Amino acid sequence: MERRVNYENDLNLMATELRLGLPGCGDDEPQRKTNPSIRNNKRTAPEISEVSSSESSSSITMYGSDDQDSPPPAKEQVVGWPPIRSYRKNCLQSSKRNEVEGMGMYVKVSVDGAPYLRKIDLKVYRSYPQLLKALENMFKLTIGAYSKREGYNGSDYAPTYEDKDGDWMLVGDVPWEMFISSCKRLRIMKGSEARGLGCV
Amino acid sequence: MEPSELKRSKDSPNLDESTRRSSFPDEVLERVLSLLKSHRDRSSVSLVCKDWYNAERWSRTHVFIGNCYSVSPEIVARRFPKIRSVTLKGKPRFSDFNLVPENWGADIHAWLVVFAAKYPFLEELRLKRMAISDESLEFLAVSFPNFKALSLLSCDGFSTNGLAAIATHCKNLTELDIQENGIDDKGGSWLSCFPESFTSLEVLNFANLSSDINFDALERLVGRCKSMRVLKLNRSVSLEQLQRLLVNAPQLAELGTGSFSEELTFRQCVELESALSNCKNMHTLSGLWDAKGIYLPALYPVCTHLTFLNLSYAALRSDELAKLLAHCPRLKRLWVLDTVEDKGLEAVGMNCPLLEELRVFPADLFDEEIIHGVTEAGFVAVSFGCPRLHYVLYFCCQMTNAAVATIVQNCPDFTHFRLCIMNPGQPDHITNEPMDEAFGAVVKTCTKLQRLSVSGRLTDLTFEYIGRYAKNLETLSVAFAGSSDWGMQCVMGGCSKLRKLEIRDCPFGNAALLSGLEKYESMRSLWMSACNVTMNGCRLLAREMPRLNVEVMKEDGSDDSQADKVYVYRSIAGPRRDAPPSVLTL
Repeated sequence: MERRVNYENDLNLMATELRLGLPGCGDDEPQRKTNPSIRNNKRTAPEISEVSSSESSSSITMYGSDDQDSPPPAKEQVVGWPPIRSYRKNCLQSSKRNEVEGMGMYVKVSVDGAPYLRKIDLKVYRSYPQLLKALENMFKLTIGAYSKREGYNGSDYAPTYEDKDGDWMLVGDVPWEMFISSCKRLRIMKGSEARGLGCV
Repeated sequence: MEPSELKRSKDSPNLDESTRRSSFPDEVLERVLSLLKSHRDRSSVSLVCKDWYNAERWSRTHVFIGNCYSVSPEIVARRFPKIRSVTLKGKPRFSDFNLVPENWGADIHAWLVVFAAKYPFLEELRLKRMAISDESLEFLAVSFPNFKALSLLSCDGFSTNGLAAIATHCKNLTELDIQENGIDDKGGSWLSCFPESFTSLEVLNFANLSSDINFDALERLVGRCKSMRVLKLNRSVSLEQLQRLLVNAPQLAELGTGSFSEELTFRQCVELESALSNCKNMHTLSGLWDAKGIYLPALYPVCTHLTFLNLSYAALRSDELAKLLAHCPRLKRLWVLDTVEDKGLEAVGMNCPLLEELRVFPADLFDEEIIHGVTEAGFVAVSFGCPRLHYVLYFCCQMTNAAVATIVQNCPDFTHFRLCIMNPGQPDHITNEPMDEAFGAVVKTCTKLQRLSVSGRLTDLTFEYIGRYAKNLETLSVAFAGSSDWGMQCVMGGCSKLRKLEIRDCPFGNAALLSGLEKYESMRSLWMSACNVTMNGCRLLAREMPRLNVEVMKEDGSDDSQADKVYVYRSIAGPRRDAPPSVLTL
């Protein structure tokens, strides 16, 4: 199957891909290779010429055989698809979380320049503002408010997290439930590096 | 009035107008017409002649408005002076999937103001996809002394403060039904606002809310509302608390449990089962959040009489579902998550011969390492066991043309066929061909088909089939499908009963849009997003059809000539004046 071929090519390229990950975090690759599923359940767009996708931002982006150099497909590229009400999506996410992590969802938190790391239980929080406030209290720093356009512009700190793919993402972009299910650890970046993120 | 006299007045079509007037005094006609409930029948009746139009409008007590912008509240109030119950729908359906901009409109407040003046005795308000603020809810609560029933589905803009106002002021409330809304949940204290003297509640549904409510207040409320027949709890209510409620409400017909997962002692299990077995009228069961298989046997006593089982928030495995369904022979409607997999659906086919409606929702939307879900095999298994199936909503990861052909052969009576192959544009997974023949089989075989949602890789051939065969089709949803304008033209030309058409991400352009020129006035609405329609095409449509509202929603950073999202609907109220800046009315 075409998709499988791409998959394998992409894996090869990932080894040389530049990432923001901390050393030693390329652990998901073996997992991927042994994925027993025949069908790639990722929501990539198929190679169909009939569908026009160029004009609108809500249309799907084309991946596939033309795009050998692109990183592995992102998880949710299509707005409003599949057609499930947000209420249901949110319920199911928190339901799954309760089922899987009955013992709490502890993740490591590092702050640039701090001598040691801390751990927090993500399950305790229900929203980004709550989480950010807790981080501010724990480390005695100010992160400020999130904006879609500018991230945490104006602050010396930017909260980031490592997701399941091993990528370092800015905290706040995706729905809370999606963040909870994909966050593996947190890193609060400081100084010029942080400010650079804000302008992306 | 003798029954035979009533019958005579209905059965005399050949009398001329003067004779008719003397045997049909207005009061008689109104009396007869007041027996008509269906709003479509009433529409037909009102078109017969002026007398009937007037008799109908004076006898109508319930009005259904499918698109709040198709008419203004003033026009409604002028035509129907005696309304006691209103159903209003607002935003286009795709707003449920975040495709409609914030602040698009459909605010209820202007309607409430007119109703307060013209229908002070309003009793019921049912809203779907409307924007409603706390201020509006407070206004509602104090403006209508006889207010009885409030139902909110897929609405947004309000918080639990608004619910508190309703609970505080509506002394005659019988129904509070809050379903799947974008509600700002500020806490559960609203429930404690029902006064201790309040006893009229028959329907209470707060399953949508997540905050803890004061259980004592709830227990007292349920205890004193002896006519309560529908109770849908939220997740914060535990199994033990559920048992205490049921002991005081054995008359319940519909129950939505709270969380179904806490640890119960043996004695608590027995008590729960006993409380449930006393509920002889129960026909609908839902909730079951986080249900653990070991507690499901407590439900067996009610399962025998169940006609509707909603497991769409309980991630059951196939064996757990199979065990449960073995006790549910009378089931007519079943909603499940795809965690039950094909094996679970086989159990449906084996145990529920009376099944009429099946909805299978996807569970894991974000986790890609786990491949769950259902395939064509599950659907086929259900179709063999459930010949009466006529409503299906099926989210699956793969499908084949052959399977669908078998399914409709087994179940030719489909009225609602909504198939969602979750990977956009995915072909038949065995033959790799488009899914055209699948939907061709559906429309050819299911002559009663009213609603169709298509998915998978589809060429114009699918739409040729739809246009040629789906003569009763009223609602069509299309996404990531079609090859050219011809597809949509076939639908516009062939589906004479089409009322709602929603399209996203398809290669249909101006020619397709304009092919429906004559048709849109007989439809409720058309939605087209991420297609090839341009602003000029929309302007042309707006110019040619002045009685249509043609609205374009622009997205940030898109080309000026592209019409990103188009919403077209008929209206006797003219263009709306409350559109936000991102919505252009042409």
